[in-house]
Amino acid sequence: MSEQCAVKKVTEITTEEVERIKEWINTEEYKEKNMAREGLVINPAHACQPLGAQLVAHGFEGTLPFVHGSQGCASYYRSALNRHFREPAPAVSSAMTEDGAVFGGQNNLFEGLENAYTLYKPKMIAVFTSCMPEIIGDDLTAFIQNARNEGHIPEDFPVPYANTPSFNGTHIHGYDPMLKSILQTLGGDKKVEGKDNGSLNLIPGFDACTGNYREYKRIMKAFDIPCTLMADISESFDSPLDGTYRPYPGGTPLEDAADALNAHATIALQQYSTKETMKWFNANSDAPAETLPMPIGVKKTDELLMKISELFGKPVPEELKAERGRAVDAMTDAHQYLHNKKFAIYGDPDWLLGIVSFLLEMGARPYHILCSRSTKKFRKEMQALLDTSPYGADCNIWINKDLWHLRSLVATDPVDALIGDAHGKFITRDLGVPLIRAGFPIMDRVNLHRYPTIGYQGAINLLTWIANTFLDQVDVTCEDRHFEMMR
Amino acid sequence: MEKTNKTNPLEGITKESTQKLVEETLDLYPEKARKKRAPHMSANDAEDSGCAIRSNRKTVPGVMSARGCAYAGAKGVVWGPIRDMVHISHGPIGCGYYSWGTRRNLVDGTMGVDVFSAMQFTSDFQERDVVYGGDKKLEVICREAKELFPLAKGISVLSECPVGLIGDDINAVAKQSSEELDIPVVPCNCEGFRGVSQSLGHHISNDTIRDYIIGKYEFSEPIGDYDIALIGDYNIGGDAWASKKILEEIGLNVKAIWTGDGQIEHIAATHQVKLNLIHCYRSMNYMAKVMEEKYGIPWMEFNFFGPTKIAESLRAIAAQFDEKIQENAEKVIEKYTAPMQAVIDEYRPRLEGKTVMVFVGGLRPRHTIGAYEDLGMKVVASGYEFAHNDDYDRTYPEMDKGTLVFDDASEIELEKWVEAMRPDLVASGVKEKYVFQKAGIPFRQMHSWDYSGPYHAYDGFPIFARDIDMAINSPTWSLVKAPF
Repeated sequence: MSEQCAVKKVTEITTEEVERIKEWINTEEYKEKNMAREGLVINPAHACQPLGAQLVAHGFEGTLPFVHGSQGCASYYRSALNRHFREPAPAVSSAMTEDGAVFGGQNNLFEGLENAYTLYKPKMIAVFTSCMPEIIGDDLTAFIQNARNEGHIPEDFPVPYANTPSFNGTHIHGYDPMLKSILQTLGGDKKVEGKDNGSLNLIPGFDACTGNYREYKRIMKAFDIPCTLMADISESFDSPLDGTYRPYPGGTPLEDAADALNAHATIALQQYSTKETMKWFNANSDAPAETLPMPIGVKKTDELLMKISELFGKPVPEELKAERGRAVDAMTDAHQYLHNKKFAIYGDPDWLLGIVSFLLEMGARPYHILCSRSTKKFRKEMQALLDTSPYGADCNIWINKDLWHLRSLVATDPVDALIGDAHGKFITRDLGVPLIRAGFPIMDRVNLHRYPTIGYQGAINLLTWIANTFLDQVDVTCEDRHFEMMR
Repeated sequence: MEKTNKTNPLEGITKESTQKLVEETLDLYPEKARKKRAPHMSANDAEDSGCAIRSNRKTVPGVMSARGCAYAGAKGVVWGPIRDMVHISHGPIGCGYYSWGTRRNLVDGTMGVDVFSAMQFTSDFQERDVVYGGDKKLEVICREAKELFPLAKGISVLSECPVGLIGDDINAVAKQSSEELDIPVVPCNCEGFRGVSQSLGHHISNDTIRDYIIGKYEFSEPIGDYDIALIGDYNIGGDAWASKKILEEIGLNVKAIWTGDGQIEHIAATHQVKLNLIHCYRSMNYMAKVMEEKYGIPWMEFNFFGPTKIAESLRAIAAQFDEKIQENAEKVIEKYTAPMQAVIDEYRPRLEGKTVMVFVGGLRPRHTIGAYEDLGMKVVASGYEFAHNDDYDRTYPEMDKGTLVFDDASEIELEKWVEAMRPDLVASGVKEKYVFQKAGIPFRQMHSWDYSGPYHAYDGFPIFARDIDMAINSPTWSLVKAPF
């Protein structure tokens, strides 16, 4: 019988074959094949839009994130956040199933809003979409209005929503429309004529480091300038353990967010995750709304402080000046451990620009810079940054590449260390290059997200992790006769 | 199955008190949701069929369910652990990203060379793929996978939501690619909107093994009388290695593992074995039944959590074979009696009388009960994320009368029950972990063993006991209340 003829014998892969391929995947030849990939993506350094939207939602007072789509999507975003922060991430879903594909998701949304509102008593429900409603074309404006009309939620209950298709952009792109929609929903599109509430709107962008949010607030406190830190997850994802579970700890006060257009000024600290929101600010308010680079390293932090100083007519506080001096002191003390060291770094575009700027300040070489979804604009901008320093010469920018590409690059054109999220650990394991963990997600080390990487304090933290990683490596790998007390 | 409760009711927990708690919980809901949720929770009474739990129904929108989706069941449970295949998450970036390395299915081999399960392969759908379809891209992807990973023994294509909605024909692409590349390319239509939970993903994946894999290979050596397959062990933290070890100690040959540290050709040749031993019934019963019907292979369930259940299971397994195996089983049980007793002697005094609430998936809400009992603990509530009626039929007799049995709990229900029952431990998933720890309740993740393990078999029990003790008795709990 032909079916039986087709039966093959079980074979085992031989040790020789394994050794041969193991060597092959480190070769130039393999790199060429690997870099030529057109369809397959392997070990990507980016997630999908709804994750960014959910992060924003968690950052507002009393806000329940609501995933309009399949139930499984919500579980994936929640557990991704749980694992990184080691904190709760309460979110609900409209749990659409096959019949939703036929009839649309309106009934699921109605029922979901009503149940979520009754059970979890939020002050706001922030709705964002996963693939299914995006493909079948659910009209959320109409659905949410209908939900009000039919009494599933009160007429005046805020339900911002964002379209966040997973087949477009990355997690950073889901941040933008959710934030914009929350601000629009709470405060409307109109500035109160002539009003200036004297505060600064600070928009961090997609940033999963709670330490950074606390640092922004500390900086503003030092300036003694009232600040509305948007999508403030510092409490939501770093809340006390005191025997009481609170589903909505902290978050940007809704009242403050509602007054955003009446602020004295707005600063965004990432450009690629805040584009639409900043357009909205500029279109609806004559107050200055500017996008600065993420303040990683001394120069970019200087830029932020000078901008705040300029916008509010206040000098940079002595406290921060002293802090700058301490950061520069730490960097000078440790420069010898980083000077001319080569790094491979991967992550989101704004974060990469910040890390590269810091490495150049240290005289280190950001040798392979990999962004797994980005644009020619980003490449240009990164190149311009590299061109500002001799340490940026001959560095490589890789856009729309993944961590399997990076593995080939590091195997054939090595670096001294990697900087990025936990997913880079396989490159470390295979090629013996240490990984300094920063960015999102970190699911294999504790507490790193509690330490700021922005500001002067962040520069000291980054520097400490990097230099000590090299020093640990020397102590572990050096010959006995080179094992010394001082380093 | 005989439905009798195994012991007397627990002190302080009666059918009436639990039923009252259920009513209070349901009072939290709006009317429509209340009606839907009511049949999913009940005070246990194995003798009263009126207490049967309704299960495998649609998740109620907006309640905060812990469930995953069909894709999660296919990628994370059945296909993902098979070590020597390239598993392609076909569709947008997210699903593959979130399920990357998060289920701890350990494998033996060299990553990226002869094993691939710790890697993430995706077609990373963009808008144009949704508009024009992803079939052409999938063809390219299969070719690239074969070229870059020449030792891969096959490819699975795991569909995400958009693939089914836009009407791509992955089956045709898979067929053509399989012929072109001369390796199995398995199309798995496990879009996340299908069914009500990850359970349908298990079923769909089992069906694809039936349609594309089973019987396609034969073992190169002759089949012996003691050749068996270990089914439904996913090698979380090395579970399957621990299970395999004692099965081999009693003289059986484990020819294939489904699917932890699994090898696709071995799985494909499983139709030759003499007995299928099934640990996770929920995710793999389908293929056990197919192999029974088509190839006449008997199957039996067993339980390798805790020394009591392990000994019972080893004896039941040995009873399927000759006296030699039965003698071996007794010897193995004897060999491990003292070391297991030492574990119990160490931890039981610290855990005696402690209570547990269990909410996980698969087999654990019933299979781990015995392991807690070996440590002197009592399970006061147990529930499944995605079970069916046959799971609950197997659970009622394991639970004490009056304890709470539940299905697809929402977070607010769990909070309510924990508040009322004050268990000493909650054993559930990562989404629940930090909720209950904030409330001061010790917790262990029981999907991932909280990054520990193995928990199966004799190697696993000492680790399980240590972990449960450390969760409950950590000195950090004494710091929760500030002295000021």
